Amino acid sequence: MATATYSKAVNTSPFYSLQLRRFAVVSLVTLLALTITVFYLMPFGNMTLLAIKSRDQIAAGVDGSILPLEPQLFNYEGEDYPVYTVPFEDGTVRELALVRKGRQTSQFVDPANPAAGLVEWAGNWRGLTAVSTIQPHFENFSEAWDIINFPRLFGNTLGIALIGMAGTLLSSICVAYAFARFPIPGKNILFLILIGTIILPRQVTLIPTYAFFATIGWTGSWLPLVVPHFFANAYNVFLLRQFFMTLPRELDEAAMIDGATPFEVLYRVIIPQSWPAIISVSLFHFIFAWNDFFGPLIYLLGKPELQPISVGVQTFNFQYGQRPELVQATSLMAMVLPLVIFFLAQRVFMRGVVITGVEK
Amino acid sequence: MSSVDATRVMPPQEVAPQRKKATLEQQQRRWGWIFLSPWIIGFVVFTAAPIIASLIFTFTDFNLGQSEINFVGLKNWERLLNDPLALTALGVTLKFALIAVPVGILVPLGMAALLNSKALAGKPLWRTLFYLPYMVPAVSAIFVWQSFLNGQTGWLNRILRGLGIADPPNWFQDETWILQAFILIGVWGVGNAMLTMLATMQGVPTELYEAADVDGASGFTKFLRITLPLISPVIFYNLVLSVIGLMQYFEIPYIATRGTGHPGTSAYFFNMHLYKEAFTFFDMGYGATLAWLIFIIALLLTVILFVTSRRWVYYTSGD
Repeated sequence: MATATYSKAVNTSPFYSLQLRRFAVVSLVTLLALTITVFYLMPFGNMTLLAIKSRDQIAAGVDGSILPLEPQLFNYEGEDYPVYTVPFEDGTVRELALVRKGRQTSQFVDPANPAAGLVEWAGNWRGLTAVSTIQPHFENFSEAWDIINFPRLFGNTLGIALIGMAGTLLSSICVAYAFARFPIPGKNILFLILIGTIILPRQVTLIPTYAFFATIGWTGSWLPLVVPHFFANAYNVFLLRQFFMTLPRELDEAAMIDGATPFEVLYRVIIPQSWPAIISVSLFHFIFAWNDFFGPLIYLLGKPELQPISVGVQTFNFQYGQRPELVQATSLMAMVLPLVIFFLAQRVFMRGVVITGVEK
Repeated sequence: MSSVDATRVMPPQEVAPQRKKATLEQQQRRWGWIFLSPWIIGFVVFTAAPIIASLIFTFTDFNLGQSEINFVGLKNWERLLNDPLALTALGVTLKFALIAVPVGILVPLGMAALLNSKALAGKPLWRTLFYLPYMVPAVSAIFVWQSFLNGQTGWLNRILRGLGIADPPNWFQDETWILQAFILIGVWGVGNAMLTMLATMQGVPTELYEAADVDGASGFTKFLRITLPLISPVIFYNLVLSVIGLMQYFEIPYIATRGTGHPGTSAYFFNMHLYKEAFTFFDMGYGATLAWLIFIIALLLTVILFVTSRRWVYYTSGD
């Protein structure tokens, strides 16, 4: 109704009112997306601001600001004095550092002009408001970094991730190649079984697998975390197979006629054309290994020197629960790399998600 | 036998190429099996054998701390039926799944619909930001949410108090709210589901919408009658994954409650019980029994989903 009368009064062109309506709808929908995003991403803000607070700021609890605020101090003749907002009788309000406290009168110094000496003020200083200033404590990160031994955790995570990545690439590429190119009897059923393993709850294989690794003495080492990746996995095989199937067979056949073995075809013809799929499999595995918690939890129990970042951060945060600023700092440190990788490679990443999730 | 007979009947000049072709085919098959072997070996060693082994374990008193293994018949299963904590934990898991599954479908569906809207400006940016929390490691996500949902200083309760709610919930310390807190953490991780739904929505042929426009259908009707049926396969796929995922739910309640499931047993999930029996007491026989129970339940739920899917999942390929 409102838009109708408006458009009648201002402009008789229906095209113009349509444009206006469209603009209003776009604004509303975009505003909705913005609102969702703000709420959705708010925990990141909570984390970041908590991570740079000092212990005193945190002790202020619910009365404290969400910002890392600290009372502003002014150094006068070698001593730090808190700064207050001081109203004077002539109506002016000045920010002055309280040097000498008194019940009836107090003495202040002007931080802007300390050479002028002390200023006498009549009244009870307890009624004054302290001036706060934003004081971020980035040293929380270096403290957390040292306590948690971040370089060691990072190295372990990187080691586990890269070995497993090599394993899953080698095996998944071969298996995907088999499914994409070779006439294997019962191939469709085998492929269905492979895809079916995606919906197999891991608990059902967990206990014998653990018992097996414990019996052969592999628990307490990286082996249970990396060796299984040398036997391909459904998501990666699926993604690579879909990609291989789009590659023209003529190139394979030409290489075959030239006397290339299937290994050479894979190595010289298929792989060089498949970098987008290979990169997304590598990224998926890296993110998986970085975030994996349960595997390292059970297989590296009691071996802090071998543990990756996920378990390291959890152990640390259980011990340092009384230092929320350090808990948040380590949580932030543990998520930086996955987020950076995602930002840099989001197109490859999202395409991979869509291929594995939609095409089945 | 029959191939030998066939060659005998065939004229001699055709035998040679036939044989050559067969060997080439055989060679190709052999190569196929070679390339497939990593998965075949892995499937046998890390999937098939463990499934059977864990079923056998359920009839034994296998404990990693003891060298002897005895068959105990159905004792582990009897123990399971008389283990109130196991049944409570199963109840917590199913109750949580009952809320988490619909939320885990509806929230990404809503986000995907928003991102698919013609009226949204700056789509790639929103898509990235909506997906972003999915990349946060579970360990970090829990600690971040614990401070965000802190009863006193957490931003959410500060906002709620600012909105006039004098006594907002004490999320992680409150039996009735802790599961809702986990739901909120779960909402943070719907990126994958959202992305697959969005990609499918973008694949819906525009002619269908144009035809509906001619018929004067509203945006909501079009979503209900065109978009939803056409993306139902991907909804189904996410539904199955979400049910299976919830039957494996462990990390978040384990870390958030430090393995206790407190307050009370409100956050004592089934897999925390399994973890305790198998990896704290090393009772592999009973652990395997717990694992098989949840496996059977997951299987049943999946079968139910697949059976009912015939009624509501729409496949464009026909049948």
